[in-house]
Parts: sequence; C-alpha cells; structure tokens
Amino acid sequence: MKRLQFMLTRVLQGLLAIVLIATVNFMLVRAAPGDPVSVLAGEAGASDPQFVAQLRTQFGLDQPITTQLATYLGKVVTLDLGFSYRQQQPVLKLIMDRLPATLLLTGSAFVLSLLFGVTLGALSARRAGTWVDSAITVVALIFYATPLYWLALMAVLVFTVQLAWLPGFGFSTVGSGLTGFALAWDIAQHLLLPALTLALFYMAVYARMTRAAMLDVAQMDFVKTARAKGVKPGRILRAHVLRNALLPVVTLAGIQAGGMIGGAVLTETVFAWPGIGRLMFDALLQRDYSLLLGSFLVTAAMAVLFNLITDLVYTLVDPRIEL
Amino acid sequence: MKSPFWRRFTRNKGAVAGMAVLLAVVVVALLGPWIATNDPWGMVQQPFLRPWTEPGFALGTDTLGRDILSGMIYGARISLLIGAVSTVVALLIGITLGAVAGYFGGLVDAALMRFTEIFQAVPSFALAIVLVAIFQPSVGSIVTAIAIVSWPPVARLVRSEFLTLRQRDFVQAALLAGQSTPRIILTQILPNAMSPIIVMASLMVATAILLESSLSFLGLGDPNQMSWGYMVGSARTVLRQAWWMALFPGLAIVLTVLALNLVGEGLSDGLNTRLDGRTK
Repeated sequence: MKRLQFMLTRVLQGLLAIVLIATVNFMLVRAAPGDPVSVLAGEAGASDPQFVAQLRTQFGLDQPITTQLATYLGKVVTLDLGFSYRQQQPVLKLIMDRLPATLLLTGSAFVLSLLFGVTLGALSARRAGTWVDSAITVVALIFYATPLYWLALMAVLVFTVQLAWLPGFGFSTVGSGLTGFALAWDIAQHLLLPALTLALFYMAVYARMTRAAMLDVAQMDFVKTARAKGVKPGRILRAHVLRNALLPVVTLAGIQAGGMIGGAVLTETVFAWPGIGRLMFDALLQRDYSLLLGSFLVTAAMAVLFNLITDLVYTLVDPRIEL
Repeated sequence: MKSPFWRRFTRNKGAVAGMAVLLAVVVVALLGPWIATNDPWGMVQQPFLRPWTEPGFALGTDTLGRDILSGMIYGARISLLIGAVSTVVALLIGITLGAVAGYFGGLVDAALMRFTEIFQAVPSFALAIVLVAIFQPSVGSIVTAIAIVSWPPVARLVRSEFLTLRQRDFVQAALLAGQSTPRIILTQILPNAMSPIIVMASLMVATAILLESSLSFLGLGDPNQMSWGYMVGSARTVLRQAWWMALFPGLAIVLTVLALNLVGEGLSDGLNTRLDGRTK
C-alpha cells in the first residue's frame, strides 16, 4: 500500500515537472526578442503582414496571456506540439520519426557506459593503490575532461579517415538495399562509434563513482564479518561489496540517462545520426523555434520518465529504502 | 613555512600539475592581445595552411586563412571569462536558495527543494541550447544559460550544510546574542560551509567551460568572440582534409578542463583537515 502511494506521488511529481517545463517553453517564446509570430513561424512569417495577422489569429495571440497558456497546455496534453513551417510537417511527427534512432543510440551508450564504468571501477577498487588503479583513474579523468563532440571528431579521424575500419556517417549505408540480419549488422557498424563516444564520458563518471563506493562499502562491518566467516575474497567482492556499491551508481545513472539525451545532440551532429539531437541542431540552423521547443519538451519528458523508472526500480531492488 | 592547506594541496601531485597548467592558461588569457601575433578573425595567410610549415603560423590556418594559434589564445580569454562569471552567478543563486531552505526548514525548505528537483530533472544541455537560441547568442545569454542549468547542485549542497550547521552551539549563541537572521546566515553559518562550496566551484568552472565550448560548437557562441568550441565546430565539415583545425583547439579544452578538475581534487584535499597526519 505504501509502495503504491509512493509510486503515485512520484508519478504526480513527474507530471508536474512536465507541466512546468511546458509552461517555461510557453514563456520562452513570449520572452524571445521580436514578435512571437516570427518565433513560431520562423523568419518566413515576418515578411508578409497579412500572413502574420492570419498566424496571429491562428495561434490565438490576440487573446489574453492566461487563455493562451491554457490553450498551449491543452495542446501539449493532446500531444499537439505545433507545426514546423520550415519542414511543412507537424512537430510531433518529425520527432516521432527520429525517436527510434535516438533511443537506440542513447540506450546502447547507456548500457556500454554502465558495463565498462562499473567493470573498470570495480577493477580499480580491487587493485586500489597499484598501477592498474592509477591507470584507470587517469583514463577516467581524461575522458571526464574531454568534450563529447571533440572526442567524436577524433574518433572519426582515426577509425574512419585513417584506418577506414568503421563508417563515421549516418545510420546505415545509403542505397545498399540490405535487409534482415545484414541490415542489422550494417546499422550496428554505424552505431558503434557514436555510441562509444557518447558512452566514454559517462563511463568515466561511473568508474569513479563505483571505485569510491566500493572502497566505502569495503570498510563496513558486514564485510569484516564475511571475511571473518571465511568467505572467499572474490565472493566478498562480488556478492557483498559490489552489490551494495552499485545502488548509488544506479541512482546516478538514472539521472544521467536524461542528460545523455542532451549529450546526444553533439554526437548526432558529428555523426549525422538521424535522431532528435540532429533534429534539434537542424532546427537551430534554420531558426525553427517551434521544432526546437517541441524537441526540448520531448527530451525533458523522456528525462523525467527515466528518473521515474530508476526511482521505481530502485525501491524494488533495495528493500531497505524507506518510502 | 607552509600552511597546512598548502601542505595537503601539494601532497597531491596531480593538483600541482593542474595548478601549473591552469596558471599558464590564465597568463595566456591575460596577455592575449600582446602575445597573439594575429587578429583571430583576420584572414592573414592562405587557407588550409598545415601546421609547422610557415614561420609565424605554428598551428596552421583554418578554412578562411585565419591563424589558429592566435584564435586559441583569444579563445582562452572567453573560455575562462564565461567559466568564471557563470560559476559566480550560479553560486549566487544556489547559495541564496540553499541557505534559505536549510536555515528556515519546514515548508520553505520543502517548496524550494521540490523546485530544485524539478530543475535537476531537465536535461541541462538541452535547456542551455534552448535558452541561448531563444535569447540570441551573446556572452550575456551564454553566461545566464550556464548559470541557470548549474545552480541546483549548489543549492542542495548548501542546504545540507546549513541543515547541520544550524543545530550547532555557535548558532544558538548568536541567536541568544540577538544577531539578526541575515547576519547569522552570512557571518556565522556561511563561512563554515565554504570549504565544500569552494571545491564544487572549481569543478563547476570546468563544467561551464565544457558547456560553453559545446554551445559554440553548435554555432551558439557569441559571434564577436573567437572561442575554442567555435573553432572545432567550423572545422567539423573539413575534418577529412584538415585534421589540425579541430585537433588543437580541442586539446586546449581538454587540458584546461583537466587542470581545473585536478585543482578541484587538490582543493578538496587541502580543505579536508581530516587528511592531516595521514601519510600517502
């Protein structure tokens, strides 16, 4: 019962967050320098006065601001995110077309970063004070300081331009006519570089966190008890230390997963990966603000959703958590 | 005589190296106009000049024939400026909200922390992009956007510090002595909470520099300021022909951010009195 109540509160909080983000979106359009019409319609709207007047009525800009906000929120609830005049398509459709690619990229990057991050962090903690530990710490520090987009460019330079091992551009080979398994393999090859570069920064974060958490947990009494009982060191590390150290890492990962979608703007821009990030970049270039704000809203909603899922998983995984 | 702080700081070799690199970057930024041989925007040589081929153009030229080394020197100025100013603004917001929440507690605390949590749930880079795009790229809008997305961790940290310090005897004594609330917050509690704030601030400057460079990479930099991110961004499309245009400005970012992170760790060691007497 208590769990149900907790979940409901979290879901409500998530919804409230999305409503607030939508309100901020609404205010941003009004706060932007210049006429909101030109913001919503792109520069094209500003030229013809008659077109502008028509748009003004169409967007309801001649009505009081509270009515406008209510209308806007009502539209968001029914998933109407406006119309992109540049691309002559509804914003929601543009975003939905790009969503699978972004989910594939961020999902793979998420798994890769957790897998490598936790492994390296555990290795580092196990060999604390040795050269292995120092090497992992230095590598993590460097990746933590490297701009995503630059790492991506350097990866293209080495693995695509110099070595020609992997494609550095796009989602799949254009016009190859591949199907089934061959197509999946082709996409996987295109996916590897973007997913890896996106993962490396977060890998560094998780590695550092896992190391710190494991060294913390290793000092605790129950680990000493296990050691005194004669449990084998390898088992202590896996079953006692790592399992408990993973909890804060998972929490952080849930929060970072949302940030990863933001980071995907950079990776997708470099690799011409046809996801929401690239869509946002194109919207920036074309000053297509309704598309930009729509993508932002969807991105933020996804981040809220990720946080919610982590919270729920967390309470199921760790029964000690007081609700 | 070394103060205990410096003894602990210098024990961390990475922090000393980071401090050296950071000082070098600061000196370059301060002396920028005097040591740069060319106007960063001036088309002074043939485009696509390779590095180390022409004297005076050690790192080559870009697609328009602008001197890359001079661009990087000017880029150091804008990176450090935006990193520092946006951190100060974020600290002001975060400390104010965190101090109020932690000191007064109760409903005020609950409301402010809900607000902070919601803010933290929004992907910060995406929000920064939208803010700068809507308000048009300029130093002011970039600083504002970075500050807006960076304050929540400060608020949470300051709040938790205030929550514990609030219960301490010296605060009770100040209350009994009849000191006003702002005075207690500013002169009694805040100085005692400074250590973790300073450490966080140094890491925030690093993050802010990364954010600024990412924004200018996407074309959201101040159009009047040469910046590292802009240089890498404009080299993106010619990567196959001209590796050096993207490589060098990127290295400058990595070095500066790395140095700041190392200094942050050193500060954390230096301000941690519990590390005293421990040998390493």
